[in-house]
Amino acid sequence: MAGRHVLAIDQGTTSTRCIVFDRTARFVSVAQVEHRQFHPRPGWVEHDPAEIWANVGRVVPEALRRAGLSLDDVAALGIANQRETVVAWHRRTGAPLDRAVVWQDVRTADRVERLAADGLADRVRERCGLPLAPYFAGPRMSWLLDAHPGARAAAARGELLLGTMESWLVWNLTGGPSGGRHLTDVTNASRTMLVDLETLDWDDELLAALDVPRAALPEIRPTMDRHGTAVAVAPGVPITAALGDQQAALFGQTCFAPGEAKCTFGTGAFLLLTTGERPAASTHGLITTPAYQLAGRPPVYALEGSIAVAGALVQWFRDNLGLIRSAPEIETLARTVEDNGGCYVVPAFAGLFAPHWRSDARGVVVGLTGYITKGHLARAVLEATAWQTREVVDAMLADSGLALAELKVDGGMTADHLLMQTVADVLGVPVARPMVAETVSLGAAYAAGLAAGLWPDPEVLRRHWHRAGEWLPARSREWREEGYADWQRAVERSLGWVREGRPR
Amino acid sequence: MARPVQSIERAAAVLELLSTAPAEMGVTELAESLGLAKSTTHGIVRTLCEVGLVEQDPGTGRYRVGRGLAELGGAPVDVHQLRSLAANWLDGLAVRAAESVRLAVPEAGRVVVVHHVFRPDDSRQVLEVGTERPAHACALGKVLLANGGQLASDFTPFTRRTVTDARRLATELTAVRHRGWAVEVEERVTGEAGVARPVRGRGGRVVAAAGVTGTPERLLGRDGAPHPWLLEQLADAVRAVSAELARI
Ligand SMILES: Nc1ncnc2c1ncn2[C@@H]1O[C@H](COP(=O)(O)OP(=O)(O)OP(=O)(O)O)[C@@H](O)[C@H]1O
Repeated sequence: MAGRHVLAIDQGTTSTRCIVFDRTARFVSVAQVEHRQFHPRPGWVEHDPAEIWANVGRVVPEALRRAGLSLDDVAALGIANQRETVVAWHRRTGAPLDRAVVWQDVRTADRVERLAADGLADRVRERCGLPLAPYFAGPRMSWLLDAHPGARAAAARGELLLGTMESWLVWNLTGGPSGGRHLTDVTNASRTMLVDLETLDWDDELLAALDVPRAALPEIRPTMDRHGTAVAVAPGVPITAALGDQQAALFGQTCFAPGEAKCTFGTGAFLLLTTGERPAASTHGLITTPAYQLAGRPPVYALEGSIAVAGALVQWFRDNLGLIRSAPEIETLARTVEDNGGCYVVPAFAGLFAPHWRSDARGVVVGLTGYITKGHLARAVLEATAWQTREVVDAMLADSGLALAELKVDGGMTADHLLMQTVADVLGVPVARPMVAETVSLGAAYAAGLAAGLWPDPEVLRRHWHRAGEWLPARSREWREEGYADWQRAVERSLGWVREGRPR
Repeated sequence: MARPVQSIERAAAVLELLSTAPAEMGVTELAESLGLAKSTTHGIVRTLCEVGLVEQDPGTGRYRVGRGLAELGGAPVDVHQLRSLAANWLDGLAVRAAESVRLAVPEAGRVVVVHHVFRPDDSRQVLEVGTERPAHACALGKVLLANGGQLASDFTPFTRRTVTDARRLATELTAVRHRGWAVEVEERVTGEAGVARPVRGRGGRVVAAAGVTGTPERLLGRDGAPHPWLLEQLADAVRAVSAELARI
């Protein structure tokens, strides 16, 4: 192995980036391209799989060029991906069956309600560690097979393939129609609602309930393994890691041991707490999920609190209201006022995720008075992320019995000091940002480098974690609890807005 | 008086027209109202687009005044956007230099820290975002002063080594402008040194200063000048941030 660098591909919700890291896990270069977001109907969100694959083909060479490196310098490639987004494609041609159905999409809500009516909720919770919600991938696979005549039969014959984003990319990287490998990893597979958390294999009963043929599904593998050698985009480079972006961030923050947690603030926000080699069940609205698995070793599990809308609310404020020109300007606007003026925004755009799991919720703005300015709204938008974080932290503490000493954070929103200060204030604990904010890519690189033997074991990676900034709580307990009570009242008002049988 | 440069006169006319037009304009329209050839007009408009004074609507292909024009009038880049764009690069700088890093902008005549990356040794450090720095007594301030920053400098002495003489500061600022970096050696805090370089917005205007702070022993060579490798790391980082700014 000549190469000493690692390529990380972060295939995210809004963009695809490639980051080159050196052998000491230092950031060397980055290239990033956004892709189109399709909203064909309310509640529907789609991506073009071909566009995303083409973007991978652009960012990888561009990142290498900016680093002044060639493929010979690369030891391994790791992929972190937006989770629960489903692609279906033809094995023979490589053509996608349809656009990718994105994790934010709620078209499967009716289907999921029917599963609930069939009494499947308990089974899904026990077997998959998931609440029954339209967030997960399996029902989307089923939807795609229903929407296209003949698709299910083709899937049963193995001619039509299903997968989440990393499966689509690995298949294409390893040759596509000519020998591409159809696989997924435990972190992604476990988000389909089709996998048994204990065996980490497809569950026949759930496959039958959702009517998804096993023949169309990828092989489930450890996160870190020899997944194949790229023949396209990065020919000759071994692909040694694939994992969901949030698990990648957990890994990038070096939360390897039980009790270590991080929260990533991006489009959504995701708090993950590593729990150990046994899946820990949640009774407070969290998800049980694999965190990572090294080939030949038992998987390590985590508890997860998923928040659907965090940065996405800022994006909405920018694009739909047009009150700011760029996301970071929300901080400028929010700082024009001292507080939220009594205004709260609950961004239940497509229902609420953890810890509520209510797909009948829709967004509300409460506390509107003639006094409220766009500055107050900007504050309420940022606080929405902070209060939602408080909700999942409380659930996490209740489930794990652990006390939180500090929250490690990352993601694009951590550049927002007002938000990070507010998170520290509403949690009442310090909030720390690591030196490498791109923890998703870093985690993919760590995983890929470990599997390729670049680093002997995860513990050596801990030395690379350094605190780059820290926010200390500055508000009183009374402020915190009063605000939280108001937030909870606001959440109550968002619930039950969607009436059955009505378009959402 | 020198003769006016024709292409600049024409560019000014295009800008005037676009800034008063009720709607975006196409090249043909612009050429007609200015009485210029379409190809000439096109060349002017494309050049103005490149420097950010004019923008093309990606949908209609028509033109309007760009963000850069507002910036020319003094409206600074949004500091929070600046921080977002700079964060990755300044983190990298802090790791490589093994020192703390700060980004500062001129704000109402003062030097304000808008981003701060801790020294990567996990020692106790406190975020200084939002705090002020004396312009004449720190490297960040000198960079901003040297590049046209309208800053109040009252020459308060902070240490024995603070430059309190306007003439001496002026000489130093000329040097800062020429070599592209500023240094401070125990001029604000005893036992502390700093090196800073300008961050440039579109068109080359200095919008911020980025700098590394540490002990004089670690930042400076025997000759008392900053280590060349450090100056280079800093140059790479500010170049990357400036490139990000050029893209917005
Ligand atoms: N300074 C800021 N203040 C508030 N929100 C911000 C700020 N900067 C970015 N954001 C928000 O953060 C999100 C982008 O963060 P990030 O790049 O981590 O996203 P992501 O979820 O990783 O996206 P992807 O999945 O496409 O990679 C956007 O939703 C944006 O609105």
